[in-house]
Amino acid sequence: MTAKVAEKPKTAAKGAARAVSKSGAELLLDALEEQGVEVIFGYPGGAVLPIYDALFKRDSIHHIMVRHEQGAVHAAEGYARSTGKVGVVLVTSGPGATNAVTGLADALLDSIPIVCITGQVARALIGTDAFQECDTVGITRSCTKYNYLVPSAHNLSGIVHEAFHIARNGRPGPVVIDIPKDVQFEEALYTARAEARNRNCIVTPPINQNQIEQAVDLMRQARRPVLYTGGGVINAGRAASDALRTLARETGFPVTSTLMGLGAFPASDPHWLGMLGMHGSLEANSAMHDCDLMIAIGARFDDRITGRLDAFSPGSRKIHIDIDPSSINKNVRVDLGIVGHAGVVMEAMIAEWRTRAAREPYDKPRVDAWRSQIDRWRSRKSFSYQNCDKRIKPQYAIERLYALTRGRDVYVTTEVGQHQMWAAQHFHFDEPNRWMTSGGLGTMGYGLPAALGVQAAHPDALVIDIAGDASVQMTMQEMSTALQYELPIKIFILNNAYLGMVRQWQELLHGGRYSHSYSDSLPDFVKLADAYGGVGIRAETPSELDAKIMEMIDVKRPVLFDCVVTQEENVFPMIPSGAAHNEMLFGGHHVTGDEVSADGKALV
Amino acid sequence: MNDSVSKSVYPVTRDEGAASEIVLAIIVDNEPGVLARVVGLISARGYNIESLTVAETDVEKHTSRITIVTGGTPAKIDQIKAQLGRLVPVRRVIDVTREADALERELALIKVVNSGEHRLESMRLADIFRARALDTTHRSFVFEITGTREKINAFIDLMKPLGLSEISRTGVLSIRRGVESD
Repeated sequence: MTAKVAEKPKTAAKGAARAVSKSGAELLLDALEEQGVEVIFGYPGGAVLPIYDALFKRDSIHHIMVRHEQGAVHAAEGYARSTGKVGVVLVTSGPGATNAVTGLADALLDSIPIVCITGQVARALIGTDAFQECDTVGITRSCTKYNYLVPSAHNLSGIVHEAFHIARNGRPGPVVIDIPKDVQFEEALYTARAEARNRNCIVTPPINQNQIEQAVDLMRQARRPVLYTGGGVINAGRAASDALRTLARETGFPVTSTLMGLGAFPASDPHWLGMLGMHGSLEANSAMHDCDLMIAIGARFDDRITGRLDAFSPGSRKIHIDIDPSSINKNVRVDLGIVGHAGVVMEAMIAEWRTRAAREPYDKPRVDAWRSQIDRWRSRKSFSYQNCDKRIKPQYAIERLYALTRGRDVYVTTEVGQHQMWAAQHFHFDEPNRWMTSGGLGTMGYGLPAALGVQAAHPDALVIDIAGDASVQMTMQEMSTALQYELPIKIFILNNAYLGMVRQWQELLHGGRYSHSYSDSLPDFVKLADAYGGVGIRAETPSELDAKIMEMIDVKRPVLFDCVVTQEENVFPMIPSGAAHNEMLFGGHHVTGDEVSADGKALV
Repeated sequence: MNDSVSKSVYPVTRDEGAASEIVLAIIVDNEPGVLARVVGLISARGYNIESLTVAETDVEKHTSRITIVTGGTPAKIDQIKAQLGRLVPVRRVIDVTREADALERELALIKVVNSGEHRLESMRLADIFRARALDTTHRSFVFEITGTREKINAFIDLMKPLGLSEISRTGVLSIRRGVESD
């Protein structure tokens, strides 16, 4: 059966050719091709061998073999977030699927469109505790947007199209397609994308002009407005970022963003307040606390943003624009909830704003006092730190990395921890889809494989994983993937030999008892890079840092950069447990270990 | 520090009002796993399902109607409804208790084992409640009773001293009154 398929030119697989019955594995690849899939991140195994066999004969789809299935999903996430396309993963049954679970949960929390194909044991063996069997649809039910166990090859191509539709529409998310091995051999006819059922999975209601008018009413009346934007603006595509820029410039409203939304609004713009939340800027958090109108766009009032809920922005009216109706009024009650696509809603708001301004000019000076208040907060320079000329401060390292990569096509991924917060504070983004970080799930080990995915999508770009010494070891094996596929990612490790954020919390919450947060036997990252066949670079003093960073940028091979930084630096500012947005701790604050109440200690 | 105010950054519990019971009717695509998705969503939030009924109601469209009785604070219930609505195979979520003027019915099979005066009394009560005897032996009855949960609960309470031995209930069914349909 396969010989016939192999002869057929892949591009001509249309019309009459479709009437030919093919194996499930071929149907899967046909469907992926029709969906425009260029890259698959995967790892072969017994239950997906027929698919790999079919893949062997096609060069239309590039396959990148990772070293662990978690890495495959993170790489697909990096690919998806940097391109706006759906990331595709292919793993085997049993351990292949369970290893992918962390990545799927990560993609669900960050709303990243992923289609993950898992092999399954043959239908007759399901439920018999067969070799490498697990209940994949059961295990992944709560960490995917949707999942399928494919009952027969007849349904397979239709399901694939449906899965892509679900993954990318509405609030995006991961979809698992579990394909039993005998279905991969079974012959059936192809269902084209146009003929496949489009599940009416997310109903995005049309623009409600009444709501838009109400929103603009509130905006024109506001004296202390703030735009609070999130990852939803990035997910809504380039047009949404453009709409946000227009909206902010025409209204003159200041903009802050969550960790997930960085880049949607340019950090170089005078209306930019910086990131908000637990480690956000003073001006952003104070503006959120003191505003009289908050316009939340594609953000979900996460606990890392709101801090203490009963003290969150007490005096404001709140407008919440989100594509997911269940996000509205979930954590914070809002006055006006608008369900819709961020870009489309903002465009409607701009149109209404212009109509109203033409009728009756907007009284711009009404926000002057607010602007000068923001300038006073901004002059406090809350991200500042005490630099040192003997040892490298982590913030300084990021600042230099930022400065030395200007004028290049840069994408940044991160792991999770202190380095992630410093990167968010000191590496500034002017464009969307340039910043890939695990915001919701907080997955250590995300950045290295995500960087692979970004690099695979943008072969000529400079892709940097800003990492910590602990996080990077969780998925370090993907260095091997980087070498195999010549993906010249730069892994910039801020090495403080600690689980830095754990150490910081132990200092603040647990009386400085650093229980199991020190890495006593770190690998020599330079030698490790060498062992993988990559390039290892170490910087230990501020004076050599610039030259070493330039060396890293100039090398066209994967680099492990061991940036040895001061060990006991904390991320500031910080909203400590038990405090509201307007009660922040700043750098140099004397920390006693009593900053947090017993209640606060109990929570993450 | 003022202990009367929560000092926690992430309060686990919020003042959400008193917990109440609700009946949800959920119209879903009839496909494998859909019940697990619906039930999992509710149980993952720590709420018990008091009763659950499910059957295909539209053979052509392949849709089933799931009726769930559960409880929670108003905010939690709103969240459950919103998140159920977000599930791919869920077509509609109807809050029967709050949104619709709805009829509610449940069917129960109740076995009583008794004799003598108790036997006569149970027959008399069954008559009053319009329960039918489906199965009879010299020492037992199986009654079929239909009605609201309150009616069935009342009948069960009355049967307890009369030799109640086993109960099987369908769980609540509901449908909107009048010409409109869900």
